[in-house]
Amino acid sequence: MSLRSEGAAEMATVDLTRVRPYGDTFDDGVVQLSFSLPVPYGEEAREAARQYVAGLGMMEAAVVDMKDLGEDMTFFVLYAKAVHTVDFTAIKVPKVESPVMDFYEINDFIREHIGRKIVVIGACTGTDAHTVGIDAIMNMKGYAGEYGLERYPEIDAYNLGSQVQNDEMVRKAIELRADAILVSQVVTQKDVHIPNLGELVDLLEAEGLRRRMVLICGGPRIHHELALELGYDAGFGPGTLAPEVASYVAHEIVRRGLA
Amino acid sequence: MTSQLYLDEHQIRRARAAAAAIADDVVTFISDKTTIAIERTVLRLYGLDGVDAEYVPLPNVVVDHVHERGGLANGITRPFVNGLLQTGLDVQPLGEAVAAGQVNLLALPGIRPDGEPSDAATESAIQLRAKSLAAGALERVRANRQRRDDDLARLGEGPQPYVYVIVATGNIYEDVIQARAAARQGADIIAVIRSTGQSLIDYVPFGATTEGFGGTFATQENFRIMRTALDEVGEDVGRYIRLCNYCSGLCMPEIAAMGALERLDVMLNDALYGILFRDINMQRTLIDQHFSRMINAFAGVIINTGEDNYLTTADAVEAAHTVLASQFVNEQLALRSGLPGRQMGLGHAFEMNPELEDGFLFEWAQALMAREIFADAPLKYMPPTKHMTGNIFRGHIQDAMFNLIGVATGQGIQLLGMMTEAIHTPLIHDRQLAIESARYIFHNARHLREEIQFAPEGRMVRRAQEVLGQAVALLDQMVGQGLFATLSEGLFADVRRSPTGGKGLRGVLERGPRYLNPVEEALRRELAIGGSR
Repeated sequence: MSLRSEGAAEMATVDLTRVRPYGDTFDDGVVQLSFSLPVPYGEEAREAARQYVAGLGMMEAAVVDMKDLGEDMTFFVLYAKAVHTVDFTAIKVPKVESPVMDFYEINDFIREHIGRKIVVIGACTGTDAHTVGIDAIMNMKGYAGEYGLERYPEIDAYNLGSQVQNDEMVRKAIELRADAILVSQVVTQKDVHIPNLGELVDLLEAEGLRRRMVLICGGPRIHHELALELGYDAGFGPGTLAPEVASYVAHEIVRRGLA
Repeated sequence: MTSQLYLDEHQIRRARAAAAAIADDVVTFISDKTTIAIERTVLRLYGLDGVDAEYVPLPNVVVDHVHERGGLANGITRPFVNGLLQTGLDVQPLGEAVAAGQVNLLALPGIRPDGEPSDAATESAIQLRAKSLAAGALERVRANRQRRDDDLARLGEGPQPYVYVIVATGNIYEDVIQARAAARQGADIIAVIRSTGQSLIDYVPFGATTEGFGGTFATQENFRIMRTALDEVGEDVGRYIRLCNYCSGLCMPEIAAMGALERLDVMLNDALYGILFRDINMQRTLIDQHFSRMINAFAGVIINTGEDNYLTTADAVEAAHTVLASQFVNEQLALRSGLPGRQMGLGHAFEMNPELEDGFLFEWAQALMAREIFADAPLKYMPPTKHMTGNIFRGHIQDAMFNLIGVATGQGIQLLGMMTEAIHTPLIHDRQLAIESARYIFHNARHLREEIQFAPEGRMVRRAQEVLGQAVALLDQMVGQGLFATLSEGLFADVRRSPTGGKGLRGVLERGPRYLNPVEEALRRELAIGGSR
């Protein structure tokens, strides 16, 4: 009993205005890093990695493992202590705010508040051929135990597949009278997704359709703030499941009076 | 070896017989057709390369030139070879002259506007020259095959499962650095991933390329650059390093030819993949595949089929039998192109949800089942992708589980999983960590397969038998309706495709009554496969 209370009294507590990484003690600042340098393997490489991390503003950088990658490249694993702090109390992150409902609640909500089926079209657009994300959200079977939108009785869901061009997307949106468009972008090498996502917004605006639709993007490198910057209504990152998207779409249609 | 899974030989024979009937149907359908891609391939093998002022490849220019004038149904060979004879130009200068508008191949003496020769003497001169061009092409490919065999004998190779990794920087010179590093780290096969979208363009880009998205364009020059780099590093590490690329999509046979000419060793080659996942027209790509597999067969290239992809859209437990059924069909289609079992890298994958109780047992059973059924094939085993989350630490363990099955079931080619799957194309050290893990597991459990007996009534034996039984049932159903209808109904990968839908149907032509393709004839002779019309 006494051990515990004394321990607690001596233990540091977190100051949320000055947060540092936690390893096994408050404020120890422990971080693990791994990276490669284009230098030949050896003691000079080790020292280069150590100095590099010191230059990032970290103390006590220690290379715990390194490997010769060949071609005069070396890989390092390091631990170090970070000095820099962050003020957690000052952080504001834009988030999709609508409450997440489950499969049954969403269908009930649509019946009650919209009174007709809503039409959702989705695709991987541009040159992107990776449908794993859009399939997880839209396909009948869904992902991780959550049905995809195709299974929702109150949603007419059209998964248009991969490599759909933006003008084709707009044409389909008109033809199917879409209430919402989902764009998935998985390939983001050299930021190829940014102009592609922007182009769809421009096309929809040119057609005068942008305000009549809920426009959503998603993918491993997509987040809500980026989506807003690009002119989308919402962005969903990795790990998103169908109910989060469907809840947002349903609420947004009602909120904007698009029903 | 007797079956460790107590598989029923009778069922396997029945599956093969059904797949043979399905494949025969397909071959009958395609045997009186050609495509613009096949005709372009013939020109490439005659030695035509390069691009016109607008950067359109000359094989496209010449084939389009003849096609637009209505003379392609009997093949590109007659008009083109007549052009050689009439102008006295060589292959490349003639292509350039056509591109420059200086020569109209269908307005030359010796040939009528429909591409037919005007007299018997011209015809026999054309035949003679065309045969010699085809023989020259095959000679070049044969020399490459010999070089590979010699290098393999001299340098040796890594043990199976071969360690297969990808490079995908978009810049061929950057790819070279990563590929050489990977070879030094222990890779046996380097695959250069293509730029996203290449499968849908109906020409092959030209020259060395330094811009691509999610990969690097497949061009003949890029093939040459990477081949040279891998030969050099192979000498350093004392191991032959195989090079892999993709002959799939709308230019399937052309890229097969380029690979044969530049000594690629492994090529992705699967019409079903293109149909299902790239919406390429099924007629077009099955015709293209038949010819491209002949080229691959003759070049000694190991093909890889794409069944693993079915499990990225369909559920890996429920759809396991579709993978097996498709492997049976792909095997029979490959045999009809003269491709032997030892060059069939039939695809399958470790894609079950890791939350599934005993999922590892089912994966093991299925991998061993494929190994037993396709005994000669260097099976290509694909890593987890669908259930990789961004948690790199867990991902590394998923990949380790996959590697253990790879060695324990004697897979031929192990495409290593990357802990950073679902985040980005592999960084240089992602590959190092993956190879280190695979080498550790392969070495540490090398002879595990020989030490194991499975409970005859156990979960794994039951699982394998169940999948085989379902595959037989599916194949039986397919025999009745044929491959095209099967694909229309979404029986593979939950994707539906129609025989007249998709991209590339316009490039399909009925062969005319006097169709001439000396390359195909020579390949059929070499591979000892029956002729078509």
